[in-house]
Amino acid sequence: MENTIQAVPQNWYLLLSTFMFCIGVMGVLLRRNAIIILMCIELMLNAVNLLLVSFSSYAGNAEGQVFVFFIMVVAAAEVAVGLALLVSIYRNIASTDIDILSKMKW
Amino acid sequence: MVISQLIFYTLAAFTLISSLFVVFSKNPIYSVLWLIVCFFTIAGHFVMLNAQFLAVVHIIVYSGAIMVLFLFTVMLLNLNKETEPHKPTLLKFGAVIAGGALFLIVIAAMRSGMPAPYVAPQMSEVGYVKNIGMKLYKDYTLPFEVASILFLSAMIGSVVLAKKERS
Repeated sequence: MENTIQAVPQNWYLLLSTFMFCIGVMGVLLRRNAIIILMCIELMLNAVNLLLVSFSSYAGNAEGQVFVFFIMVVAAAEVAVGLALLVSIYRNIASTDIDILSKMKW
Repeated sequence: MVISQLIFYTLAAFTLISSLFVVFSKNPIYSVLWLIVCFFTIAGHFVMLNAQFLAVVHIIVYSGAIMVLFLFTVMLLNLNKETEPHKPTLLKFGAVIAGGALFLIVIAAMRSGMPAPYVAPQMSEVGYVKNIGMKLYKDYTLPFEVASILFLSAMIGSVVLAKKERS
């Protein structure tokens, strides 16, 4: 069996992660539930992670994978704080609809 | 067709379909479950790219910790299909067109600078636990320690934020 990085050109990984990133952007624009928007942000982060890992593997350089490790750390912290914020918002307005949260709108 | 190519195409199809389902399913619980599927397929991509350490960490951190947190929050707030807010249809079309246009622009920008299809000459071994560990503890010791402080502050912050206020 041939190895993946010897059989699949790297352009396919570029295309795949671009498509995933655009799906994430589309989800942020499309949905009104704040939890789903957080999930779409996770999707975008993962598209970038996949791209970094593919570059690191194809180039034979470990730095990209170390960066992906730190991105995962930051994503975990971000999700914990974001969901805590959402729970406290839900306690005040009994909804996670971002259109209701428009007090800071200009 | 080589078998690893076949695995790549199957995994890529699953990744894209499940991420589309995340965006388009009506029920938030289904979105969370599809996102878990999506993360597992990405872990499969990492295995195929010979990044074993990251594949395991990805499953533990994303599917194990983050998605449980999401699922827990969605169930705690009792979100379901009836409470799900929707944008007007015109705005939905606008969002889909904006996403597609972004995709087209990025692809068009990449096309001019994209090199010829590149395959690696030999199997890379940078993703093994040993190599990543050496890199992490030799060159990136300070960021690694700072990350633990970030976690501590995130932990304290989320407890403070989610605590019930005394009125």
